[in-house]
Amino acid sequence: MSDRESMAFDVVVVGAGPSGLSTAIRLKQLDPALSVCVIDKGSEVGAHILSGAVFEPRALEELFPDWRERGAPLTVPAGDDRFLLLSEKRARRLPTPPSLRNHGNYIISLAALCRWLAGQAEALGVEIFAGFAASDLLFDADGAVKGVATGDMGVGKDCVPGPNFTPGIELHARQTILAEGCRGSLSKVLSERYDLHAEADPQTYGLGIKELWEIDPALHQPGSITHTIGWPLDAGTYGGSFLYHLDQNQVSVGFVIGLDYRNPYLSPFEEFQRFKSHPAIAPVFAGARRIAYGARAVSEGGLQSLPRLTVPGAVLVGDAAGFLNVAKVKGSHAAMKSGMLAAESVAVLLKGEGREALGYPQVFKESWLWEELRAVRNIRPAFHRGLWLGLAYSAVESGALRGRVPWTLGNHADHPRLKEAPSSRRIDYPRPDGTLRFDRLSSVFISNTHHEENQPSHIKLADPQVPITVNHRRFDSPEQRYCPAGVYEVVGEEPQIRLQINAANCLHCKTCDIKDPTQNITWTVPEGGGGPNYPNM
Amino acid sequence: MKILVAVKRVVDYNVKVRVKSDKSGVETANIKFSMNPFDEIAVEEAVRLKEAGTATEIVAVSVGPQAATETLRTALAMGADRGILVQTEAEIQPLAVAKILKCLAEKEQPGLVLLGKQAIDDDSNQTGQMLAALLGRPQGTFASKLAVADGSVAVTREVDGGLETVALELPAVVTADLRLNEPRYASLPNIMKAKKKPIETVTPEALGVDVAPRLITLSVEEPAKRQAGIKVADVATLVEKLKSEAKVI
Ligand SMILES: Cc1cc2nc3c(=O)[nH]c(=O)nc-3n(C[C@H](O)[C@H](O)[C@H](O)COP(=O)(O)OP(=O)(O)OC[C@H]3O[C@@H](n4cnc5c(N)ncnc54)[C@H](O)[C@@H]3O)c2cc1C
Ligand SMILES: Cc1cc2nc3c(=O)[nH]c(=O)nc-3n(C[C@H](O)[C@H](O)[C@H](O)COP(=O)(O)OP(=O)(O)OC[C@H]3O[C@@H](n4cnc5c(N)ncnc54)[C@H](O)[C@@H]3O)c2cc1C
Ligand code: SF4
Repeated sequence: MSDRESMAFDVVVVGAGPSGLSTAIRLKQLDPALSVCVIDKGSEVGAHILSGAVFEPRALEELFPDWRERGAPLTVPAGDDRFLLLSEKRARRLPTPPSLRNHGNYIISLAALCRWLAGQAEALGVEIFAGFAASDLLFDADGAVKGVATGDMGVGKDCVPGPNFTPGIELHARQTILAEGCRGSLSKVLSERYDLHAEADPQTYGLGIKELWEIDPALHQPGSITHTIGWPLDAGTYGGSFLYHLDQNQVSVGFVIGLDYRNPYLSPFEEFQRFKSHPAIAPVFAGARRIAYGARAVSEGGLQSLPRLTVPGAVLVGDAAGFLNVAKVKGSHAAMKSGMLAAESVAVLLKGEGREALGYPQVFKESWLWEELRAVRNIRPAFHRGLWLGLAYSAVESGALRGRVPWTLGNHADHPRLKEAPSSRRIDYPRPDGTLRFDRLSSVFISNTHHEENQPSHIKLADPQVPITVNHRRFDSPEQRYCPAGVYEVVGEEPQIRLQINAANCLHCKTCDIKDPTQNITWTVPEGGGGPNYPNM
Repeated sequence: MKILVAVKRVVDYNVKVRVKSDKSGVETANIKFSMNPFDEIAVEEAVRLKEAGTATEIVAVSVGPQAATETLRTALAMGADRGILVQTEAEIQPLAVAKILKCLAEKEQPGLVLLGKQAIDDDSNQTGQMLAALLGRPQGTFASKLAVADGSVAVTREVDGGLETVALELPAVVTADLRLNEPRYASLPNIMKAKKKPIETVTPEALGVDVAPRLITLSVEEPAKRQAGIKVADVATLVEKLKSEAKVI
């Protein structure tokens, strides 16, 4: 593709999430002369941002000490906090673990925060282009990253350029910041090329599914926070729910399930749907209406799964690297902080001729973020032994010891964890009722997801036979259940069955790329601007 | 020849709109807006006319809040030369837009005014027609093809019975239908260049136009939910149900 146009910047940031925007802002604060460009595959900033979110303002405070005067959308202070252990009919209130205490935090829409950050960044002279997906990493002759290419637009299903064909362009940069969030498609390419996980544990993930509701004003308590563990998951599966009251009578409710789950019959989507009918949860939705739906994977590996953060020409920030405090279920403050730390090192680097921002991992080690992630590093792996041992372990370690133990528990990769179908228990999920529990398609409908129909599928199969010969025969096609958007459907009658991929429904959550048992599925970016159009998720 | 194109900022066509709880309208907070799809078609046509050497300058106009500047930027990125934002926070109905466009047309003296056939938010399908009447100039609505030749434009229109071609003397008003063209993608370099193109801001008051609504919205309701279908055992039951329950036979 030599006919691509190119543009040169000092820094190109891939992804306008909290990490990418904070990197860009910090760079311009440190050196206004730098040219900084941010691209995002969403049709606008925030369109692909989905989070809880209880937000810890620590990093924002450092980025903009005057964020209040600047009008950052942090309006609902975290209030009453409940931590519930659910059984099928009952809820027992447990003492809120220290990591889940939220005094001083805010309940926010992360998408709204990102839109605000984007405005601040533009005011500092950052160029932001939404609707452009970075489809390829560009390397120079000695293997250093020299930028990214945006995807071609207007290519037909048959891979032939159509009448509106607009070729992608090359964005060249002295430093490329990969801020793609969890399981970034280019971050994955870079990680493989440079074996970035060589000295770290494999990354382990969770899938978060979320809905936004408008509830009866009489039941609305701005600032109220509920977390649950236990039912409907069995004790061997890691996960739990969150339910936050925002402003405007809105409630954000969601469920996060560890993608190391073993039963191929488990459906994260259905677990979430049935969770809402628990007697301790359902009443808040009486007379309410659901207004948005979405899903996104989260990186849960913590400190021991953090890859090498730099290569010549590029750095990883935010969830793309895996900076998330899973004990707190919080990653946005960590995403911001990692971006700011990276920016500080990159700004110094760009004053000279060096190619790799080696200062970044150093300053990270000296930062509060490292302290914070170190203190909770054993919580997630402790749950490999199940809910009860995990709870007991984390109570002791995070309570009295605050992570000051001489050992570090390891993480495993998620995709080899599935058991085969014949040795697994089928799960009988309740049917949707259309008021509290829904089906996938009516859910995807309110994610406003849209992809230009006439384009090649952005979901690639290394071997087109494997979905049937392995996934179907051995695991009873788990992608039909883990995909929260109903993208995967096994159709036809034996022996002519095949996997149909409804790529246009995709929510860009990345679960298939993570959980496919033989890693046969690769998620790539579709045409820029495609994907969900989340409101304030 | 100069072309004036009207572009409206509307709720993006991928967004599933929902009625506000007080039924005063549809929810617009936190929602994605973009250019009315038919207006994109109008801009594309203008750009093609310029590329063909028929047009010399393209002026895009949007009436709406400050945020409508983004809609103008999209038009500029597609190839318009400059923008005019008629800034107002008020609810604007087609007659008001037509009056504003009339003012601007008198000032700018375009050979052609291009609009979308309708906006996908209110679906009024009135602005172009009203503008033509106010200007006292010919109109070609629902255009699926345009051919400009010295002093006139041949407009192929999509009408119920098929296609109708009318010849209009310029200056004229033309509204774009879906099949007129397929709008281009704004490329990244062009979006960047568009940031430097001029946008002038005026107000309806400064143009001397009274934008007060002539129509009052009483209530906005969601369409009735479809009843779930049922399965019947056999044809006899179906006929029976059509008779006794649906009462259609
Ligand atoms: C259900 C759920 C609940 C959560 N709850 C909380 C909470 O309560 N508190 C909290 O602090 N954190 C929470 N988190 C975590 C938090 O949302 C993440 O840590 C944070 O969003 C990470 O920020 P990021 O900038 O690294 O990535 P993201 O927010 O994922 O942003 C990445 C951006 O990059 C874009 N992008 C990716 N690839 C490309 C590409 N190739 N080309 C162009 N653009 C690209 C994406 O479109 C996206 O806009 C939650 C996460 C989930 C899923
Ligand atoms: C570029 C473009 C070209 C189009 N061309 C044609 C065409 O040639 N012929 C044609 O018949 N239609 C056309 N439409 C209209 C569009 O196809 C209709 O919205 C669609 O036919 C409705 O079908 P649906 O029942 O699937 O509605 P959905 O999109 O599923 O919406 C369900 C219903 O919700 C309501 N609704 C949806 N959006 C709105 C809104 N903005 N305001 C108020 N109520 C709303 C409507 O009652 C609608 O029927 C076009 C739309 C666009 C954006
Ligand atoms: S196809 Fe993959 S990335 Fe898309 S929604 Fe389904 S699991 Fe998520």
